Amino acid sequence: MSVELPSSEPPLSKDVGVLRAGWGYASVSDKIAGIVLAGGFGWRWWAAFLFTFAGVLVFFGAMAWLFVRGVGIWGVNVPVAWGFAIANFVWWIGIGHAGTFISAVLLLLRQRWRTSINRFAEAMTLFAAAIAGIFPILHLGRPWFFYWLVPYPNVMNLWPQWRSPLVWDFFAIATYLLVSLLFWYVGLIPDLATLRDRAGHQRRRARQVVYGLLALGWRGEARHWARYETAYLLLAGLATPLVVSVHTIVSLDFAIGNTPGYHSTIFPPYFVAGALFSGFAMVLTLAIPLRHFFGLHAFITERHLANAAKVLLATCWLVGYGYAAEIFTAFYSGDQFERYMTVNRWIGPYAPVYWSMIACNLLAPQLLWWRRVRHSVPMLFMLSLVINIGMWMERFLIVVSSLHRDFLPSAWGMFYPSVWDWAQLLGSVALFVWLFLLFVRYLPAISIAEMRELVRESAQGKP
Amino acid sequence: MSGPLYGLLAEFATADALLAAARAARAHGYAQFEAYSPFALEGLGELVGLKHNHVPLLTLLGGIAGGAATYFLQWYSAVIDYPINVGGRPLNSWPAFLPATFEITILGAALAAAIGMLALNGLPQLYHPLFALEEFELATRNRFFLCLPARDPAFELARSAALLHGLDPLLVREVPA
Repeated sequence: MSVELPSSEPPLSKDVGVLRAGWGYASVSDKIAGIVLAGGFGWRWWAAFLFTFAGVLVFFGAMAWLFVRGVGIWGVNVPVAWGFAIANFVWWIGIGHAGTFISAVLLLLRQRWRTSINRFAEAMTLFAAAIAGIFPILHLGRPWFFYWLVPYPNVMNLWPQWRSPLVWDFFAIATYLLVSLLFWYVGLIPDLATLRDRAGHQRRRARQVVYGLLALGWRGEARHWARYETAYLLLAGLATPLVVSVHTIVSLDFAIGNTPGYHSTIFPPYFVAGALFSGFAMVLTLAIPLRHFFGLHAFITERHLANAAKVLLATCWLVGYGYAAEIFTAFYSGDQFERYMTVNRWIGPYAPVYWSMIACNLLAPQLLWWRRVRHSVPMLFMLSLVINIGMWMERFLIVVSSLHRDFLPSAWGMFYPSVWDWAQLLGSVALFVWLFLLFVRYLPAISIAEMRELVRESAQGKP
Repeated sequence: MSGPLYGLLAEFATADALLAAARAARAHGYAQFEAYSPFALEGLGELVGLKHNHVPLLTLLGGIAGGAATYFLQWYSAVIDYPINVGGRPLNSWPAFLPATFEITILGAALAAAIGMLALNGLPQLYHPLFALEEFELATRNRFFLCLPARDPAFELARSAALLHGLDPLLVREVPA
């Protein structure tokens, strides 16, 4: 045997920050597939599952009541006709952005720390976007006619109003949901094949059949992989402009109206920055329990958490720039309604929401300047929750504070959320967590095929 | 061995061994051999002889079709089928038609990329002769396989088996068709 021959031993990973040392193809596959195939998650999973399922029932119960009684069960009325439903919609769709950003943009930028967090971030995107899509439909008043937004030949001989941002919104959300689903599913196919074969190895016929059907007969042939990689890269390239376009179009729902506080050119970039900010906060909110409860510290390392924290800090300043630009433009415009709206946010009836938002979104994230905070898991978890709440307050404030006092003081009013508003907000959070619990139980939360690739790259000493 | 043969399958422990085996098969004149790996290996597609990857073209066509159809739909409905005169503004108000056109361009391209990739790969194909081999289930876990199919003109059972055995595989199996 000459020394030039490649080693016949399968490689083991070296510690590259985003993956700990000593993992091989078989051990990463078995570890990640094992989480799904081991089944019994213990009482903690069941407790969380049943608790969130109760919340899901509340959500659908409140939805059923809305169908029976109409939007009057909410706190909305003239002048504040947009309430929690629109704030929730903007918040959820924003959360969805980080998944696509991690999957697509970080893939194109060859950021290796994306590999072990992209799968669950995509699942997060999918669930968040799906939940987001429910709210504007509920808000329609007659939700069962939502399909009138779809252009189809109909007996009314009518078409959607193509010049309305609400119709653009429908196209943006529907496309985003479908492309996210495609991207996620295409990424899953090789892993579903792994689960099929692992289940077959364990002689678990039902699971083998179900995963086998979902894997579409994937067998890892070289020609298949070549086309697969091309398609995956193209999907990433296609999803990248979507990341920017979806929240841009959502922001146009506001910016095209002439209401003070809505009618602003800063809105599209400001909304996209806020979307990434809240999305990365939600990635941390999900990643930290995930690695803790399933012992994934070797795959989701402190490097991942610290990188996400740096993105949070950067997007926090972009959001802060948005806040500052809004204030500057209001005074620079000389428009008394814009100026009043800004002062009203500071000292009006919703001022506590405004200042809480500033504390959550601008002040609290400054802690991330300290390396110790970026590497402290409990601190990151706390901060991610604070930012999630702060971003919800931002959405609420944008929607409500502009509407409640616009041009005519005689038409001013207040918005107070009803119990149904709260039931649907908290119920949607429960639905999100519930879907995520199902996801970690039945699908691999980390891309197995990409982790094998990372094992090989790290063993070869690629930086 | 009785009955027709799909081919011969050799198993390897490392990606480099599979790449070396694929080069050897190519050098021995095999044109239709198949290589299986648990993750994408750079360069393996060219080694097994994939010359034309049509996924990008399909994606482009899907995007063009989606965008063109959506713009046409908006133009047709706003200009031909249901024109509304709003203060003399142009009926074909193209800037307002761009968001939907853009979105469906992306959607058409993404659908073409995903469905085109699967169709060109011949998927879904739920059964394949290789699935009958118990050893092959490691192809999605940690092992690398090279298959010399009997349909290949260069295939000749004894000679092909000797070639595979010479590549230092973990094992060589006959695959029934």
